[in-house]
Amino acid sequence: MSKNSEFLIERENKQYEVIIGLEVHAQVTSESKLFSQSSTKFGAEPNTQVSLVDAAFPGMLPVINEFCIEQAIKTGIGLKAKINKKSVFDRKNYFYADLPQGYQISQYKYPIVGEGKVILDMPNGQKEIGIERLHLEQDAGKSIHDIDPNNTLVDLNRSGVALMEIVSKPDLRSPDEVNVYIKKLRSIMRYLGTCDGNMQEGSLRADVNVSVRLKGETEFGTRCEIKNVNSIKFMQMAIISEANRQIDLLEEGKEIDQETRLFDTKRNETRSMRSKEDAHDYRYFPDPDLLPLEISQELIEKIKSDIPELPDEKKKRFIDKFNLSPYEATILVSDIETSNFFEEVIKNSDVKLATNWITGELFAVLNEKNLEISQSPVSAKNLSKLINLIKDGTISGKIAKTVFEQMIDGDQDPLIIVKEKGLKQESDPKAIEELINKVIENNSDKVAEYKSGKDKLFGFFVGQAMKESKGKGNPQLINKILKEKLNG
Amino acid sequence: MSDITSQSLFELTSNIKEKKLSSEEITKAFIDRAEKSKKLNVYVTDNFEKAIDQSNKFDSNPNFDLKLPGIPIAVKDLFCTNGVRTTAGSKILNNFVPTYESTVTQNLWSQGAILLGKLNCDEFAMGSSNETSFFGNVQNPVGENLVPGGSSGGSSAAVAANLTPVTIGTDTGGSIRQPASFTGTVGLKPTYGSCSRYGIVAFASSLDQAGPMTKNVRDCSMLLEVISSFDQKDSTSIDYKRNNYSKELSKDIKGKKIGIPKEYRVDNMPEEIEQLWKNGISYAKDCGAEIIDISLPHTNYALPTYYIVAPAEASSNLARYDGVKYGFRSPGQNLIEMYEKTRSEGFGDEVKRRIMIGTYVLSSGYYDAYYLKAQKVRQLIKKDFDDVFSKVDAILTPSTPSSAFKIGEKTNDPVSMYLNDIFTVPINLAGLPGISIPAGKDKNNYPLGLQVIGKPFDEQNILNISYALEDKINFKNDISDWWLSE
Repeated sequence: MSKNSEFLIERENKQYEVIIGLEVHAQVTSESKLFSQSSTKFGAEPNTQVSLVDAAFPGMLPVINEFCIEQAIKTGIGLKAKINKKSVFDRKNYFYADLPQGYQISQYKYPIVGEGKVILDMPNGQKEIGIERLHLEQDAGKSIHDIDPNNTLVDLNRSGVALMEIVSKPDLRSPDEVNVYIKKLRSIMRYLGTCDGNMQEGSLRADVNVSVRLKGETEFGTRCEIKNVNSIKFMQMAIISEANRQIDLLEEGKEIDQETRLFDTKRNETRSMRSKEDAHDYRYFPDPDLLPLEISQELIEKIKSDIPELPDEKKKRFIDKFNLSPYEATILVSDIETSNFFEEVIKNSDVKLATNWITGELFAVLNEKNLEISQSPVSAKNLSKLINLIKDGTISGKIAKTVFEQMIDGDQDPLIIVKEKGLKQESDPKAIEELINKVIENNSDKVAEYKSGKDKLFGFFVGQAMKESKGKGNPQLINKILKEKLNG
Repeated sequence: MSDITSQSLFELTSNIKEKKLSSEEITKAFIDRAEKSKKLNVYVTDNFEKAIDQSNKFDSNPNFDLKLPGIPIAVKDLFCTNGVRTTAGSKILNNFVPTYESTVTQNLWSQGAILLGKLNCDEFAMGSSNETSFFGNVQNPVGENLVPGGSSGGSSAAVAANLTPVTIGTDTGGSIRQPASFTGTVGLKPTYGSCSRYGIVAFASSLDQAGPMTKNVRDCSMLLEVISSFDQKDSTSIDYKRNNYSKELSKDIKGKKIGIPKEYRVDNMPEEIEQLWKNGISYAKDCGAEIIDISLPHTNYALPTYYIVAPAEASSNLARYDGVKYGFRSPGQNLIEMYEKTRSEGFGDEVKRRIMIGTYVLSSGYYDAYYLKAQKVRQLIKKDFDDVFSKVDAILTPSTPSSAFKIGEKTNDPVSMYLNDIFTVPINLAGLPGISIPAGKDKNNYPLGLQVIGKPFDEQNILNISYALEDKINFKNDISDWWLSE
């Protein structure tokens, strides 16, 4: 545990370590917003999902959406975190056109979820990343600057949507770890159904805190916060670019200013947004429109009892029960849809073959076609049929690949393909013996060479026999009978 | 039958139920009087035409089972009313017409009441004299060029001048009780959480509470019964069984223990107020109540605490008035300039003062010293009351440290204006119910009020005590109609 994947940036015999902490904003999966009943559906016409509360009309009051609270608790449990029985909603005050209330309702001093952890599977072992806290807050609306040349337009559909801000400890040390951390977080939340993790739709965004220090140092350097990065790739690019910028400053003997920065994806560089001196004074105070949030032990227990098996536990089960390698198990549990698919396939078919076929052929097709497993062109039912055909010797692995290629086109039933195309494997020993006799007859010179010690020729006979069977001969059977005939 | 507009709510509902008066007759009578009373400047927006239509509608299909059958009522312009302009006394909402109804006003209409119009008030309910309203001063019917109190000054003046049978105001630090005291009327601030805040333009969310303003205690009980309700749209609304206040109204207060807090004997309190209080005590004794001297040791800190907590919340509550979504906008070259111009031009001085105070006390570096400390003191003030309420059933104090003052007299001295709230703010800070009833007059013949403070949710008890005292005091508010025009 806690082995760092060594990621060091070198400068003239000096090695710098990069310290990273993430504040992930995850949109809570919920039909309605955190404090109003408006819909949260993505992609609606601008300003069609806005209630009087979301638009902050006079006299409108927030009413907490209990479901969002339960989602946050669920996520907290998934992060093995402490659920705080009492938490407080605060107002974070600032003016912006897409912030109708003039404040964001968030949680400041007393978040709903306290310390937890996330386990990362890194190539050189597992690493634990500490979670500092998780709190609930409202999303703001969206300012659109590029439609009207003279005005900024505001879309409030997103205003008031529930977000969970998940703050990690500064435990991350490399862009790779960030990649695995975000994916793991996303995976846990998708298992729980608390966030769909869709980065294109902005359901998962992060503020990235970066600092650097010489390897071996124990004190942290001055950190900069890179705001609102919305893909893993950009996070990784931003970290590398920002770490190098900081190291350059240190190398020049300059100080790093604690500041908030933005990542320019086109130029691959971060630039200053505001310095510490210009930092907003958000004037946090408890929202007097909302009572402190009290959570009963019963509710926590009820939610706990509904928690599905999470990736770490599932991985352990796959290893213990199905004898998978840690690598295979990690791949299969990384996404709930994949693990569900896998479990569906192995209900009626061989685990080892299923593992190979899913992580091999199926993933290749998904990758090639850029599809999620939920959109798989081959259903779990038909894949398991195919695997059974291999297992019971109806078709060979090689033939199976041909069948699979056809199955992709409209999720066809492999039984029908095999039948229609006459691909059934020849497993009748008599028939095999007959065609082997033919091969031996036709190649008497090679038989003689083989018998005189040229063992390598065995492969040749297998090939010939296979050819004779038009590829349908059972390879095990061909092997067995050939051996008997040649060695006997 | 006496003149329609001088009748109490109780009389009007009886007459309407007995078909001695129609809703239309009553509505027209109040409208006629309002037309002749423009000098008082109580209305910001009238709803007279629609009110007559609605009264006709009521008369053609009357439902006498309702608690306010066909009764026309004007309300403070802080309550959002669907389709009727709601300004909060501010330029920034000068053109704002809500598409929704506050829960409290909805409760009125659901019981058969008809909206007469929207009554003037201090801007965003910030003021003690109705002088901060964008729509100008309100004259106190008690005497020319007297303030009617504030912030519910249009409301208190309208009740005292017989321009509405009853009304509802809001009370954040005394905004119902102080104007009631200044106009010789009755005003009750219910327990925090009794009346929904949904649809009321917010001033200070942890203190704001709507309440009835009436000619007498019985009307007050009738109106409270209608407006008090649990509301899921307000997270601070409290779900408890509300009384049938008017039905259970009783003058029998024998054996009730009434506390007299020594800390309310403030320096420079006029002799008349001292005397008023003494009279109140002796009337209470006459009614068979037991008088107990009590101490509320943190009383002195209530006013400064209030003037930290209320502006802090207000500074945040008023951030939404930014010219972006609704209300007044003054265009600018960019967003910041638009904000600055809109808010500079849209808000009046008192509102700006409180936004600045509030912003200051919440600022990093000052938060602990001001806001946090004020919250702690607020708990101590609340505890003072909790402690004495184990010994007494109610507390009797003066409502205000003085009678109504002249228009303009205190506008340049905010602190002396704030001192008006000295007896009322502790009750808001503690979330308790308090009622002001007219109890006497000063040497100028201006009304003075006494305040009865109760335990949380014990409105019935303070109504009963007030009912008994009202009977003994027998206050007459001889108002001369000096403002009437032809």
